[in-house]
Amino acid sequence: MSRADNHWVAIHADPAFQALHAEKTRFLWGLMAFSISYYFLLPLGAAWFTDIYRKQIWGPLNVGLVFALSQFVVAWGVAWLYARRAAKFDAMAAAIAHKAAHL
Amino acid sequence: MTACRKLKRWAGAVLPALYCASASAQAVQAQWRPLSFAVFAAIIALTLYVTYRAAGKVKTSADFYAAGGGISGVQNGWAIAGDYLSAASFLGIAGLISLYGYDGFMYSVGWLVAYITVLLVIAEPCRNIGRYTMGDILAFRNNPRIVKACMALSTITVATFYLTAQMVGGGVLVKTLVGIDYEYSVITVGALMLGYVLFGGMVATTYVQIIKAVLLVCASLVMVLLVWRQFGFGGPAYFQAIVDNVGIQDRVAGLLGASAAQLSGEELGRRFLEPGLYLKSPVDQISLGMALVLGTAGMPHILMRFFTVPSAQAARTSVIWAMAIIGGFYVLTLFLGTGAAMLVGPTDILAADRGGNMAAPLLAQFLGGGPDALLGNLMLSFVAAVAFATIVAVVAGLVLAAASAMSHDIWVGVIKGEHATDAEETRAARICSLIVGALAIVIGILAQGQNVAHLVALAFAVAASANLPVILLTLYWRRCNTVGVVAGLVVGTASAIGLVLVSPNMTYPDTVRATQRALMDSHLARMAELGAGDDSGELQTLHKAVALAEAEIAKLGERSTSLVGLTAPWFPLRNPGLVSIPLGFLAVVIGSLCYRDRRAEDMWEELYVRSNTGIGRSGAQAH
Repeated sequence: MSRADNHWVAIHADPAFQALHAEKTRFLWGLMAFSISYYFLLPLGAAWFTDIYRKQIWGPLNVGLVFALSQFVVAWGVAWLYARRAAKFDAMAAAIAHKAAHL
Repeated sequence: MTACRKLKRWAGAVLPALYCASASAQAVQAQWRPLSFAVFAAIIALTLYVTYRAAGKVKTSADFYAAGGGISGVQNGWAIAGDYLSAASFLGIAGLISLYGYDGFMYSVGWLVAYITVLLVIAEPCRNIGRYTMGDILAFRNNPRIVKACMALSTITVATFYLTAQMVGGGVLVKTLVGIDYEYSVITVGALMLGYVLFGGMVATTYVQIIKAVLLVCASLVMVLLVWRQFGFGGPAYFQAIVDNVGIQDRVAGLLGASAAQLSGEELGRRFLEPGLYLKSPVDQISLGMALVLGTAGMPHILMRFFTVPSAQAARTSVIWAMAIIGGFYVLTLFLGTGAAMLVGPTDILAADRGGNMAAPLLAQFLGGGPDALLGNLMLSFVAAVAFATIVAVVAGLVLAAASAMSHDIWVGVIKGEHATDAEETRAARICSLIVGALAIVIGILAQGQNVAHLVALAFAVAASANLPVILLTLYWRRCNTVGVVAGLVVGTASAIGLVLVSPNMTYPDTVRATQRALMDSHLARMAELGAGDDSGELQTLHKAVALAEAEIAKLGERSTSLVGLTAPWFPLRNPGLVSIPLGFLAVVIGSLCYRDRRAEDMWEELYVRSNTGIGRSGAQAH
């Protein structure tokens, strides 16, 4: 089979697929970069910003503890954000699959 | 059904062993032993019943490897949590928090964040491209025989490291919890696990994981509520109670040594909620963080779970559920750990187990009314039984992953060239499970007394340095090809293992001798200070400590170098990830660029379209 009449190459080149690719790439890798940076701030801060971590903000609860707890909230937030956006990706993928079936 | 009859016969052999296990329980007094046995038996019986039901459903190789793709997203989420919440995270992290406070909690964060990688870039494409193993994903556009062989070896390596740590840790734990000999506990864990895998394949393994995860979460939730009730369900008041706790203040003073002298009690208590009591090297921590965040997505037993669901959407749902359960569990662990520190006290926790593993079980006993109360012993037995089920279930998942790589990738893919009937493949998968399971038991017994804690970190480091780069680049980079995959797997695995061999994880006899001698000298000096007439008991403790140090030195014999012949470590970090992960990625890139594979590039569009849309791979397989 030559490249020109390859079914997959045709779907890949379809603007609908390219739109899905572009949007997914931007969204997923952006979210990835954000979550990983946010996570590594925790051990970095614990090592070099101990004075800030020590600051008490709500009774005996200090910045470090709240920051560590916020990691959980952020991870869940990322999951929630992705789940919401994924519905759109699913719809785009379904449209591409439907079109491909009739190609 | 012969499988079911075999299962019954085998259960008949395991149950008496369990009775001995619970009968000689250490932490439980004689009068409560039947109770302890009843709790163990009830939980084991539940998992056996599930295996019995599952055994009838496992007919094809798709059932054995992937439960026929018929597990729902929510179920799979619980099963992933079950796979992940090993005894190390359940008992280990609660113990770390009870002994070191903040650092123990910070340590748990990376284990959850790891799932963001799985969710965003791994779960759905893998579900769309692979069938049963990681080798399937790589074989899509590379030379199937070569990449399947390499990937299977890497899978078996990772699984073996993780398995060894679980078997040894499990053996010690069962010994501490219920008091049977180490060898018997390893054999009991191995026999039960083999029963689940052999008879029920992925179906039974999944349901056992779900049961165990539900029990674990419920037990922790009840314990946390009971702990919290003792402190009036307050927010800041709870943390103030930690700061004001005298036992915790003494513990922090002990950890800080001389520098604690000028601190007031409250300042010491506050230090428990601040970083720095346990994790001393930030670079090492970042290295471990990298191994976790990238390694979880390369763990064969986790990736394999995505082949059990019917669609990419279900795979996504399962990761989101897993994140909710695992994260929620770690938040509960913060309260279990601090609760144990306040109610049981670091001194008693350390006395029961030097690593703090007994913190959660002791807390359960305390909450139920202590060692003399019915409820106290019931709760202790329940937590012990859940911990036992945890070890068995995690080992079952790992054995299944390694056995699938052996049978599906090596035997069917490489040796038979994909020409095997389904019945042959299912039989091969069972035989491979038996081999891997037997090996796990043998390794578990041989490795008794070895320091295996670093093997978990090593498993994650290999997964992050070898497995993840090849999977990720196969899925997302057009130029990736067979040469790159092989280079990445070889370099990633070799550099991770090689760096650990020359790291501070190994035993360096000269260093050990020096520290033990210094310890002995300080004990002897204190003994001389006390004089022979002291009767406070401190003298006796010191005598014991000196004997212990002498034994440590005697254990080294005449050796003066580490396993690989070094007198001091070459590589300063305990975790190799910081160096080996970039090396793994680099090897894939260089390998792929050195060799042009037109076929792999021509297949790119097909792979990328399939991985993003799921075309050609949707719905559960019919059985």
